[in-house]
Order: sequence, then C-alpha cells, then structure tokens
Amino acid sequence: MYRESLIAELEERARQLRCDVVRMVHDAGSGHPGGSLSAAEIITALYFQRLRLDPADPEWPERDRFILSKGHAAPALYAALARRGFFPVEELCTLRQLDSRLQGHPDRLKTPGVEMTSGALGHGVAIGAGLALAARRKGERWRTYVLLGDGEVQAGVVWEGALIAAKYRLSNLTCILDQNDVQLDGPVHEILALEPLADKWRAFGWAVVEIDGHNLRQILEALDQAAHIHDRPTMVIAHTTKGKGCSFMEGQSAWHGRIPNAEELICALEELGNG
Amino acid sequence: MVEMRDTYGKALAAYGAENERVVVLDADVSSSTRSRYFGDRFPDRFYNVGITEAGMVDVAVGLALGGLIPFAHTFAFLLALRAAESVRTGVAYADTNVKLVGAYGGLSDSRDGPTHHSLCDLAVMRALPNLTVVVPADGVEGAACVPVLAEHEGPVYLRLSRADLPDLMPSDYRFQIGKGRVIREGKDVSIINCGVLLSRCLAAAERLTSQGISATVVNLPTLKPLDEELLLQLASQGPVVTVEEHTVIGGLGGAVAEFLSVRRPTPMRMVGIHDTFTETGPYEELLDRWGMGVGDIVAACEGAVAG
Repeated sequence: MYRESLIAELEERARQLRCDVVRMVHDAGSGHPGGSLSAAEIITALYFQRLRLDPADPEWPERDRFILSKGHAAPALYAALARRGFFPVEELCTLRQLDSRLQGHPDRLKTPGVEMTSGALGHGVAIGAGLALAARRKGERWRTYVLLGDGEVQAGVVWEGALIAAKYRLSNLTCILDQNDVQLDGPVHEILALEPLADKWRAFGWAVVEIDGHNLRQILEALDQAAHIHDRPTMVIAHTTKGKGCSFMEGQSAWHGRIPNAEELICALEELGNG
Repeated sequence: MVEMRDTYGKALAAYGAENERVVVLDADVSSSTRSRYFGDRFPDRFYNVGITEAGMVDVAVGLALGGLIPFAHTFAFLLALRAAESVRTGVAYADTNVKLVGAYGGLSDSRDGPTHHSLCDLAVMRALPNLTVVVPADGVEGAACVPVLAEHEGPVYLRLSRADLPDLMPSDYRFQIGKGRVIREGKDVSIINCGVLLSRCLAAAERLTSQGISATVVNLPTLKPLDEELLLQLASQGPVVTVEEHTVIGGLGGAVAEFLSVRRPTPMRMVGIHDTFTETGPYEELLDRWGMGVGDIVAACEGAVAG
C-alpha cells in the first residue's frame, strides 16, 4: 500500500516533469512532446520510487537497469535524471544542441544515468532480455525495466525479443507499454492495428497487467505485482493519452513531433500550473 | 586440410573454460557455425535463440551491458544485412563489448547459392565506427584470434569460412589485432590478402616467379583498423594487388585504395567479386568463375607491374 502523501508527492513530480518537457522541446526547437508527456507518470514512478539507483554512482553494479526503448521520449528521461540528481537541472535547456550531453535520443556514452542508447525503435525488449539473462547468469538481484511505445511494437524485432524472454522465463524483466494509441502518422489502430494486444503478449508467454498509465498508484502496484511473478516476464500495458496534460496536444498525432511556439508554451505551462 | 569453423569452434569452447564471462549465442545454426562445441560443454552459458538475427544481436548487447562477453553467431550475410541496424545502433554506436561472428563468409557455402553467399558483409561492417573487423586466413588463425578478440574491450566482427583450408600459419602463430604479416618476401609487387585466398596468393606468387616477377605476399587478417604502417612500407616498394573473397566495393580493395590514394598513391589492382551476383556450384570452381582464380591474381600482378 502506498501512502496518499507519497502519491501526491509523485503527482507533483510528474507535473514538474511535464513542465520540464515542454520547456525543453520549446527551447530545442525540435523533439517529441506527445510521447514524452504520455509517459510522465510511468517515468516518475520508476525514477522517484521504483528503481534502485545511486545518482552519485551511476555505474553502481547493483542498480536496477532501465531502457527507454521509445527513445524519442528522451526529454522525459532527461528531466527525471536531472531532477533525480544525475546532472544539473540547468543542463536540460541544452537538449539537442551541438556539444550537449543531451542528444536528441538517449546515448549511454554521453549522459550520466542513461543505461542504453536508443532511438531506433524496437530493440528494448531483446536488449532487456539480454540484461536479465546477464543478471541471472551472475546471480545478481537487480531488475531490468523497459519502456516501449505502442507504435513501436509494430516492429518485428520486438516480438523476437518477446519470444526469447519467454523462452528463458525472465521474471526479472518488466516491460511497460505506453499505449497512447498515437504514432507519427496517425492513430495506431488505423496505421497498423495491434489489438488484442494483451492477448498477444499472453500468447507469447508473458504475464500481462493492464492499468491506467496516468494513475501513479496503479503503476506502482503493477510494478510490485510484476516483481512477484517468478516464472515469466511481465508486460504492463499502461493506457495513456498522448500529450497528456496539455489539452491542445492530447490525442493529436500532429504533436508527436511538433514544437510548441512561445504562445503555446505559455498556454501549456499555465495549464500545468506552472506559468 | 581443416575447416576454419571447426578450429574456431574448438578454440571458443577451450577458451570458455578459462574465461567464465564468455557467453555464446546462436540463431539456430550452431551445428554449422560450430558454436555448438561451446554449447555442448557449457549449456548454461549458451543461448540458442532461434531464427531471430536482429533479436540475437540485441540480446548480445544486453548481455554485454550486463558485464559478460557475448559471442553471437549466425551466417555472415544475416549478421551484416538482416541484423544490420541492431549492429549499427546497439553494437557499434553504443560501443558495446559484443563479438559478432559471421560464418560461411564469401562463397564458402557454395552450393546453397547466392542467397547464402556473403559478399558485402565486410563493406557493411567496415563502414561502422568502433567495430574491429577480422578475417582469418586459415584454421590456425581462426583459432588463434579467439582469446585475443575476447580480451579486446570493444565490438568485433569476425568473418569465418566453411571451406576446407590448408594450414598456412605456423602452429605457434600469435594473432595481433591491426597487424599484418609478410608471408613471402618479393620486390616487384605486393599481393595483399584478407581472408581464405592466401594459398591462391602464394600459388600466384610462385607462378609469377617463372615470368620473372618477384611478388611479396602479405596476410592482413584485420581489415579494420588497417595496418597502415605495413601498407605504406609495401607501397614504397612498388604496386599492390588486393585479394579478397568479397565485392571489391568497400572491402579490402576499397579500404587499401582509400588509404593509399591519400597517403601514398600507388598503382594497384583489385581481385575479388566485381559487382555481380553469383551462382550455385563447387567452391573452388566458383572462386575461379568469379575472378578469384590463381590466374586472375597473376594477371592482376602483371597488370600492376606493367602500370
């Protein structure tokens, strides 16, 4: 059970993360606000509650591993890392600039706390399976978490990873699917339908938990549930809204990669309660 | 005559006993790649992930991130082409300690035909930053490189062959990344070999003697990084001829030409596949048919010497 005060604190963290995201993509003049905003609560739950990390020692061997497979949500990851103390918050405004440690998509060699390079979609499940196999092989107790987009799971290599993780019954691997039903060109269910998605993952040998991906309590409880399943990997299907928190972006594929202008930034920040 | 894959597979299994960090993956061709030798001996460190080449490379990346040393095997053309984006992003760009092993390089899976011939893998792998690219010439070198590549911190592409090959390297041969080796001294032309055509190079050098041409023969098992010092030395002695079981576009010929054209322009000829697909057939005959015969090497040397 999670205390109400903790949930309220995390909700505040998620709100702040959204403000960081819209400012970052506005300052950068490019980036992906929609899919960063839909993942705000998921990333908050991981970085401010679930993941065992040490910002002072990003390479701590016993840390949990997190892979942002939907690498275009990098602004949300960077905001969480900065607010968690991996690097100065002031650095967030360097996103996508030349010589910045904050590349357009995550780069494990440049940014403290970034576990794996990503951006080309589809690789997180199989890479996560490899990490989970390594932990098992070495007898280490850290867990591996992977965040996927829903458009992303159209990629065949995702299902290769799903088969492999199921073959080895990688119960130390938890994936979370940010199902916002919007991809670059339009609604996921129109571009290339995925439903029934939970059935697909179950058929591939995974445990599946379905939640409201903006409900922090549900996210935390789903992650706990996954940690108590000992014979298979878990997929948490998190139903979300693309662009969540900025009403003019919500559910709009145009905001997958569009950038708020000065006026829209003010509007977004006001709506997020941070003018 | 021995098969390089066999000496390689035995060397990998033997090295596995020494280094517990080594883990091995295969995409359902472990009997062909001979990674099975390791799998039979260390089943808990062997992952056969089925026909999932891109997924296998990604899993290898995860294992490397977790501190292990994965050797990931399948046919060379599948690693270089089907799994190419996994290789580019997760192995090369992320600079992970993954050892990619491409079996059946060149025409060596001869009778299975052009779908299984691997004639542009070196061009693909060589174009990726951070990757070390190694092509052994015989069974001795195929075995000798195993501990060295395992202990080299960084991504590697190792191309193996299915062919029966004579042992050309001495049994005490020590492989060094980035170092070529003069196999035969000459003075008129240098034949630079990368891969399993070394015996053909030596036969060509022998034949050239009767025509009054004295040929140096060099084995260059590391395609990347190039042994620049050796290449400059060879270029200072006269023309060079590159010999590879690969398209001359982007392979050894391309690499040597790119380097020498800038650092020391030198007359050269390239022996290899010239921008064409191949056919099914016996291995040695395919090599002859597609321009990698001893006569082709001889002619290339004559042309290079004549200017």
